[in-house]
Amino acid sequence: MTMDGPAPLLEIRNLRKSYVSPEGEASPVIDIAEFRLAAGEHVALRGGSGSGKTTLLNLIAGILVPDSGEIVVEGENVAALSESKRDALRARKIGYIFQTFNLLQGFTALENVALGMLFGGGADGARARHLLERVGLGDRMNYRPRQLSVGQQQRVAIARAVANRPKLVLADEPTGNLDARNAAEALDLIREVCRESGAALLIVSHDPDVLGRFERQVDLAAINRAAAGVAP
Amino acid sequence: MIPRSIPGGLFLIVRRSLAQHSLSTAVTALAAALGCGLVIAVFSVRQQAHDAFVGGPVGFDAVLGARGSQLQLVLNTVFHLDTSPGNIPWSMYEDVRKDPQVALAIPYAVGDNYKGWRIVGTTPELFTDFEYRKGQRFKAEPGGRFFDPKLREAVIGSAVADGARMSVGTMFHPEHGVTEGEHDHDEEYVVVGVLEPTNSPSDRVVWIPIEGIFRMGGHVLHGKGEAYRAKPGEAIPDEAKEVSAVMLKFRNSMAGFMLDQRINRQGKEATLAWPIAKSLSEFFDRMGWLDRVLALVAYLVMFVAAGSILAALYNTMNERRRDFAILRSLGAKRRVVFSAIVLESASIGAIGAALGWLVNLGILAGAAMVVRSQTGVVLDIWKYHPAAALAPAGMLLLAAAAGIVPALKAYRTPVAENLAPQS
Repeated sequence: MTMDGPAPLLEIRNLRKSYVSPEGEASPVIDIAEFRLAAGEHVALRGGSGSGKTTLLNLIAGILVPDSGEIVVEGENVAALSESKRDALRARKIGYIFQTFNLLQGFTALENVALGMLFGGGADGARARHLLERVGLGDRMNYRPRQLSVGQQQRVAIARAVANRPKLVLADEPTGNLDARNAAEALDLIREVCRESGAALLIVSHDPDVLGRFERQVDLAAINRAAAGVAP
Repeated sequence: MIPRSIPGGLFLIVRRSLAQHSLSTAVTALAAALGCGLVIAVFSVRQQAHDAFVGGPVGFDAVLGARGSQLQLVLNTVFHLDTSPGNIPWSMYEDVRKDPQVALAIPYAVGDNYKGWRIVGTTPELFTDFEYRKGQRFKAEPGGRFFDPKLREAVIGSAVADGARMSVGTMFHPEHGVTEGEHDHDEEYVVVGVLEPTNSPSDRVVWIPIEGIFRMGGHVLHGKGEAYRAKPGEAIPDEAKEVSAVMLKFRNSMAGFMLDQRINRQGKEATLAWPIAKSLSEFFDRMGWLDRVLALVAYLVMFVAAGSILAALYNTMNERRRDFAILRSLGAKRRVVFSAIVLESASIGAIGAALGWLVNLGILAGAAMVVRSQTGVVLDIWKYHPAAALAPAGMLLLAAAAGIVPALKAYRTPVAENLAPQS
C-alpha cells in the first residue's frame, strides 16, 4: 500500500515480530511490508483474535521491540531507539486507549488524566479538568475508577490518551467492553477529541459497526502476512 | 492536588500506595519505629544515666569509709543504694576534719529506714555548710526548719514527704536495717522540716542527728573495738563512736591526691573514694558490655524492621504489576517505577524514624521515672544525643536499601504482558 503527498506521520516498513514458544519455536505474529498513516488521519484496522493487532499497536507505541523493520513516527524510527527514548517518545507523541481501559485504580479520574501528561513534559491541572469536562465527567473528577461506570471509565481513558496533545492516538478495541449505545458514543467521542487536538487515530477492531464509521479501513490480515489465514 | 512534575507524581504514587496498603504500612512503620526508637534510647539512656550519675549534683569530692569497694562506698553514701561496707572510728572523722586541706567533712551513719526510705544520721553542717550544687544549699520548705542535733528530730527529703506522706509534725519510729521488714525502734522522732526538692538522691533521705543513730535502741558501737551501748543521759565517749562514712570537700585537688596516698596506698583501715566520678565512671565502663548487647539487640530490631519492609513491599509487587505496566505505557521510564518503590520504602522508614523519636521519648520517660523513683537521680530526657539523628538517618537508609529488591522487580516488569491480553 502506498500514499502520495507529504511525509506520513506513521510509516511501517518490513516490520517483523515473532514470539518464542516455551518449546523454543519462533511463531511469527507480525510481518508487514508497508503501512502509512497521514497526520490527522483516522484509520480503522480490521482484525480478529490472533491477528496480532495488539502486538502491532504495542510495537508502534514502542512497548514492544520488533525483530526487524522500521516504525517511523514523525521522522523517528521507534525500532531503533533505546528503551528510554521510546518511553519519552510514547509520553510525548502517542496516546493509547486500551480495551480494558487500564486506569490506575488507586487514583481519581483527574489524577489518571494528570498522570497521563506527567511523563510527557508535566501535568497541567487545568487541561486535565477541561478534558474531563469535555468527555462529560466534570462532576466525576474526584471519583476513583471503581466508582465509575464502564462507559465513564472509558471516557477517562479517552481524556487521558489525548491529554498530552499526542500526534497519534492508538485505540485497541476501545468499544469492546461497551454496549452498543455506549460504544457508538465512545467512538464518536474518540474521533471528536482526536480531531480537536489534531491527532491521527489508528483504531483496531473486529466490530463491523465500529469499522463502518471510518472512511479508510484496512484489513490487518491483508497487510500482515503472518496473520494470513486468521479469520477476521 | 495535581502533581506538576515527575517528583510530585512519585510522591502521589507513593502516598496512594501507602494508603492502599495501610495495614502493612502501619505494621512495618511501627517495626521501624521500634527499631529506631530502641537504638536512640539505648544510647540516650546510657548517656543520660552516665551524665546524671557521674556528673550529677554530688557536691562532695570524696568519701571516706571502711576498707573495701570504692564503688560500694559511693553508691551507699552518695546515692543511698547498696549496703554500707562497714564503719570507721570517729577518730578518723576527727582527723580528716582537722586536715587543713579539707574544707568540709560531714559524717554519715546509716543502718535504719522508715517505710523503706533510708535514714542517715549526720551533723547540722550538712544543711549549713554543704552545697549540693554550686551555690545551692538545702533549704527547708516554709514552716519547717533543720533538726536540733540534741533532739529526736528529723528533716526529710521532698520525695520522702510525697512517698511516705509525711510533713512537719509527723511522728515516726525508725525501723532497723536499710530495708523494710525488721523491727521498729522504740525511739520516736518528729519531722521538723521538709527540704525543698533538689532533684538529687538526697530527696529520698530521712536525715536525723548522728547522735540519734548512736543512741538508737539496739545499736552497738565498736569504735574502740569492744561493744559499747549508749546509755540515756550519759555522754558517749568519742572512742566508742563510729561512722559509716565521711563526706569530704577539699580545698584543692592536691588534698585528694595526698589523702589518696595516705589512706588508699599506705593505710589499711579505710578507703577513700576519690574522685567520686572516677568510681562511677569505672562502674559504667564495666557495664559497657551490657550497652553493647542492648545496642546489638536494637540494631537487630532495626534490621528486622527493614526486612519486614522488604517482605511487605515484595509481596505487593505481583498485584501492582499492572499499575507499573500502565505507568510505563504512559511513558514512565523504568527508573521512575524503580524510584517510586525505593521512595515508598524510604517513606515507610521515614514514618518509622519519626515515630522512633516518640518511642525513644517514651522509653526515656519510663527509664527516667524508674531511675528517679529508685535513686532520686533525674535524667534529662530532652538532652540531645547524636543517636537521635544518626539512628533515624540509618533507618531511612536501611529502608531505602530494603526497597531495592522489590524495586528491581518493578523495574523488570514486562509492560506488554501486564497491560492486557494479547490478540
